[in-house]
Amino acid sequence: MEFFERFAIPHPSPMIYASMVAIALVSIGILVGITYFKKWGYLWHEWFTSVDHKKIGIMYLISALIMLFRGGADAILMRAQLSSPEMKLLDAQHYNEIFTTHGVVMIFFVVMPFIFAFMNLIVPLQIGGRDVAFPRLNALSFWLFFAGAMLFNISFVIGGSPDAGWTSYFPLAGNDFSTSVGTNYYMLALQISGIGSLMTGINMITTILKMRAPGMTLMKLPMFTWSALITNVIIVFAFPVLTIALLMGTTDRLFGTNFFTTGNGGMDMLWANFFWVWGHPEVYILILPAFGLYSEIISTFSGRNLYGYKSMVGSMVLISLLSFLVWTHHFFTMGQGAFTNSIFSITTMAIAVPTGVKIFNWLFTMWKGKIRFTVPMLYSVGFIPLFTIGGVTGVMLAMSAADYQYHNTMFLVAHFHNTIIPGVLFALLAGLTYYWPKFFGFMLNEKIGKSTFWLVAVGFVLTFFPMYITGLDGQARRMYTYSEETGFGPLNMLSFVGSALFAIGFVTLVYNLYYSFKNSPRNIGSDPWDARSVEWATHTPIPEYNFARLPQVASSEAFWDMKKKGHKLFTGELKEIHMPNNSGVPFVLGIIFFIAGFSFVFALWVPAVVAVIGIFVCMALRSFEQDHGRHINVKEIKEIEAQYEEVPGNEDRSHTTTRV
Amino acid sequence: MKELFPAKQVMGFVFSLILTAVALLVYFTNMSFAVGMTILLVTAFIQAFLQLVVFMHAGESKDSSAIYTNIVYGIILAAITIFGSLLILIWDM
Repeated sequence: MEFFERFAIPHPSPMIYASMVAIALVSIGILVGITYFKKWGYLWHEWFTSVDHKKIGIMYLISALIMLFRGGADAILMRAQLSSPEMKLLDAQHYNEIFTTHGVVMIFFVVMPFIFAFMNLIVPLQIGGRDVAFPRLNALSFWLFFAGAMLFNISFVIGGSPDAGWTSYFPLAGNDFSTSVGTNYYMLALQISGIGSLMTGINMITTILKMRAPGMTLMKLPMFTWSALITNVIIVFAFPVLTIALLMGTTDRLFGTNFFTTGNGGMDMLWANFFWVWGHPEVYILILPAFGLYSEIISTFSGRNLYGYKSMVGSMVLISLLSFLVWTHHFFTMGQGAFTNSIFSITTMAIAVPTGVKIFNWLFTMWKGKIRFTVPMLYSVGFIPLFTIGGVTGVMLAMSAADYQYHNTMFLVAHFHNTIIPGVLFALLAGLTYYWPKFFGFMLNEKIGKSTFWLVAVGFVLTFFPMYITGLDGQARRMYTYSEETGFGPLNMLSFVGSALFAIGFVTLVYNLYYSFKNSPRNIGSDPWDARSVEWATHTPIPEYNFARLPQVASSEAFWDMKKKGHKLFTGELKEIHMPNNSGVPFVLGIIFFIAGFSFVFALWVPAVVAVIGIFVCMALRSFEQDHGRHINVKEIKEIEAQYEEVPGNEDRSHTTTRV
Repeated sequence: MKELFPAKQVMGFVFSLILTAVALLVYFTNMSFAVGMTILLVTAFIQAFLQLVVFMHAGESKDSSAIYTNIVYGIILAAITIFGSLLILIWDM
């Protein structure tokens, strides 16, 4: 019995017991359901072993949406706890765990997979390719992300959640102050999903540099692909720092090393330093793909080409360099001198310049354009003013002397939500609506989509703008309650109301998916938005090989050239197409990594060693494996292509449509 | 004959052995920390560069400029990280 005591929750509450029961019931329900409907074979052959970038993208998308609800539930609980003074909904420990998991889940397991979903779905199509450069590595990236996400999520029912904040600063995160296994979960889950992110970075850079369609030079890349390229360069340079910091943190906690301890020559501040050396570039890893999505959407729905293409690219390159030069602004108050703080204040403010260039480019793209206010465009138009407010408060925080006033208050919390939500979350919802018809063959309902936008936008403003005020009045971040005399009560209640609207907004989003699946027409053609770049030139639903003939590209909006200027996009004879084979190894490796991570969390050395050996065995087997892929011959391609022409209006519509 | 004999690689191999021998001197002779460290750093960087150019064939394919750009970018970022951390945690603490 003693063996099993380590798996108990250190701070149980009725809510956690209820979650345990719910998790158990849902898991059993899913397993029984799949068995009952005999879907195991389908799942295994079509999804778990798939190396198709579109299917991997969709799996990322589904995981991100599920995790969004986990992170959102945490957020609602926090706002409810703070809605009035001396609230008793959560105790201090439970509140600590919730703000920690909220941050980690939202950054690592919602936004990261969401941007990877879009990169996987769109980049190979936009460059006119057939898949990513390393399809099996791509599947491995996904399964490692998924293993990490699951490992992190079981923490709250087995052994206890991490409670040292999403930044997990030492010495608080060390063994002296965090005695439960929660922080081990943090270290190992992020390590596993971080390895996956790094692999995606390498994969995407190679894909974009090596697999472009004929005629597509770098300066003719569509803007989303440019943003993906820059993002992945940042990933490749930033994630190794996190990998090493997490490794050092893990050995501190498991093997008694002294990297981040306060005694024996350790330096706790080094963790904060390393964390933000990775952490600030991470901010741009999140926002740049979002900027790319906005660029695509704004240019499509303004009916104009993107204003200032070269300056867009230049500003992203500049942002990628500057993002590595500002990390100290996350800990201006840690104790370094005014000289250091001044340097990092200036570099931080400098980042506002290229970002401002991008904002003006979007405004000039819309200028004199014929704007169609569809759902994706609403998000983009809402993004510009809201994000600018977030950027301006960012410049306020960048002043190191003034930061002593703002540091660790709700003002900061308001600021970074004000950039991440309009900047990233709006972009992801806009991108979801915009690309949905391409991947699922039907459009999301516009009416419900618009109400989702308004609920989310108004909910966001009501939730976070009051925090600027309470923050300046001194409400500290991460405090689980406050007294009535502080006067924070009414504004926090307003925040709670806002977050409730936000939550209703997400319910309408899910309802929209269901409603549109039931009711939307399926004969929408391949270009329902009258879009401009090459990804819209394929059929809907997209055939496995994306393009029967590779497109010939002469500008960044080759599809628009084809529609309006008579550009010949597809010429030449059909040729045999070489495609990669499916493989179960990435899925198996994901499971082994999960077992390894779990064993390390609880210091179960025997299974840990066995699992690590298993990982190396998988890699060794791969290096001896002969797999040359398979070929789709011309006859099969013709058969597949013929199916699309039978759908009425599928091909011709794209030339004439101006519908919304 | 000139084509068949890998003169560049043999020279590179000999040179990398010399660099290793010089680095080993630091261990076997009695010199001050500063001098020893300087020798180690200099030989290490030359060694890394040598391996990259001679044995990993950087600069021999048509995207050599991309390879060198990446290396230079990596070195710049590593230098920023290291010297920035030293500035924050030691020199200006």
